[in-house]
Amino acid sequence: MISIEAVSKRYPDGTVAVDGLSLEIPDRSITVLVGPSGCGKTTTLRMINRMIELSGGRILIDGEDIQHKPVNALRRSMGYVIQNAGLFQHRTIVDNIGTVPRMLGWSKAKARERSMELMERVGLDTSMAKRYPYQLSGGQQQRVGVARALAADPPVLLMDEPFSAVDPVVRRGLQEELLRIQSELGKTIVFVTHDIDEAIRVGDMIAVLRTGGKLAQYAPPDELLSRPADAAVEDFLGADRGIRGLSFFGTEQLPLERNGIVAVDATAAQVAERAADLPQLLVVDVDGRPLGWADAARLRASGARNDTAGLLASGQTFRLGEDSLRVALDCAVLSPTGWAAAVDGEGRAVGVVSQEAIARAIREAHGRRGTAPVDVGAAR
Amino acid sequence: MTIFHFISAFFSDSAHWHGYDGIPTRLVEHIEYSLIALGIAGAVGLPVGLLTGHYGRGGNALALLATAARALPSFGLLVLLFVLMGLSKLPVLIPLVVLAIPPILVTTYEAVRTVDPAPVDAARGMGMHQAKVLFQVELPVALPLILSGLRSAAIQVVSTATIAAYVSFGGVGRYIVDGLYQRNYEKVVGGATLVAALALATLGLFWLMSRFAVSRGVRGVRRP
Repeated sequence: MISIEAVSKRYPDGTVAVDGLSLEIPDRSITVLVGPSGCGKTTTLRMINRMIELSGGRILIDGEDIQHKPVNALRRSMGYVIQNAGLFQHRTIVDNIGTVPRMLGWSKAKARERSMELMERVGLDTSMAKRYPYQLSGGQQQRVGVARALAADPPVLLMDEPFSAVDPVVRRGLQEELLRIQSELGKTIVFVTHDIDEAIRVGDMIAVLRTGGKLAQYAPPDELLSRPADAAVEDFLGADRGIRGLSFFGTEQLPLERNGIVAVDATAAQVAERAADLPQLLVVDVDGRPLGWADAARLRASGARNDTAGLLASGQTFRLGEDSLRVALDCAVLSPTGWAAAVDGEGRAVGVVSQEAIARAIREAHGRRGTAPVDVGAAR
Repeated sequence: MTIFHFISAFFSDSAHWHGYDGIPTRLVEHIEYSLIALGIAGAVGLPVGLLTGHYGRGGNALALLATAARALPSFGLLVLLFVLMGLSKLPVLIPLVVLAIPPILVTTYEAVRTVDPAPVDAARGMGMHQAKVLFQVELPVALPLILSGLRSAAIQVVSTATIAAYVSFGGVGRYIVDGLYQRNYEKVVGGATLVAALALATLGLFWLMSRFAVSRGVRGVRRP
């Protein structure tokens, strides 16, 4: 655990970058420092590896004051990833990644082997090993930056706006890759960003800092979204925070209408026997995959009759248990009938659920978690 | 007689290829003066440029010093030193060293100072020692610019080393000074051609050096 205890950074000219900041950064999780520019988030990060010396308070790593460690040994025990990657352009990719292992005295062959392993780990083709940084795209360079930081298997990873310089699509990919790597490696990651969406996407804990280097709120992302500490944090979170907060609720507990599904070749009798009392039914093909919505009364009267032309598009579906309530609600809102179709891992329909039922589930989920109910007016 | 006749006459005269006043001897002398001057200038300019560039301080003082050194006329300095110090190689070497230091010093300083700060930050953040940051991160990237400073210093020294002949030393300048004195233009043009050839050879040498010493990764990118 990294304990930041009443840490301050004052510059000789009187500027206060960080002011009495205290944070407990838990092990094996991603803690995001987020805030507007000038809030001292990067300063705080750089004080952890002593790239900037603190002027008050102390930082402990597993109970040991970082000031008592030799500075280079401290830094080698932490991976460091910066914006634009900061690769060594005169070295090949494999040599870039092997920098810290070589500094730690590993043999060339062992460092090389480790580099290759890491290239695969971060999703880079090992055929790029002999290339130079200028031959890589921005996203690929940043992957190399992450691999280089992981090379000596440090328990701590410091990431300073690592994905800020790449375009949104690539950034999204890198964020997902980071979460995947983290699920495999379980590092203690401190991640700085100015992008609140990125913070919510990658963070297990989020520290919102305000200008002047003060802590505004320190909470898990769902709590941050449902209960911002004050108006400034709420403002920083931006619009739709209620809807965005639904990303943290699963769909396992949704009350599905499992009888709202009929096969495309069902007879009127089969429909009447099977289908629940719903205005619309989901018609599925012989493999159980959704084809579209049909009027329940018509189906009960004449059967499905393999008629796919008269169906309303089934629209998006959500994977039960895998997708969040946000995805389920989105499906329902986009559906022509106001009902969302749930599918299993193979894409077979398992049930249908209405906007109203989702709204009720949202309230119940908040009740279970003890978070304040969000405004779900948009769902009605 | 055109200039080409002078040149062919000078180089086809077998007398010019032997003895203490032969072309090989004069070339060796010339290269010797140049190398010594360049060696001293490099020994002063490179370390000072690397350190000031690495720490990013002292740039103003360097610029001042360089401007002052450039303002000194080499020929005037030579004559002054010769009068003051008498007949020795020092009055020849000092003006050449003074000529070579500014380009080496200033470009080395600029080359290191303008290296992209991101890799340097990354290297420090990884726990790399200062010296390693300078020699393994900054220097390889700064090398093309540093070599260009050395190259222009070398070319200036090679061309200016002709003045050694004015104070009775050797080198290719001998032909120019003697030729002028004897009104032997064949000799003057021959000497001048040799100087030009030496300057071109220096250019080629530095081109080869940058091919081999500079990483492909650095040659491939344009500096920001």
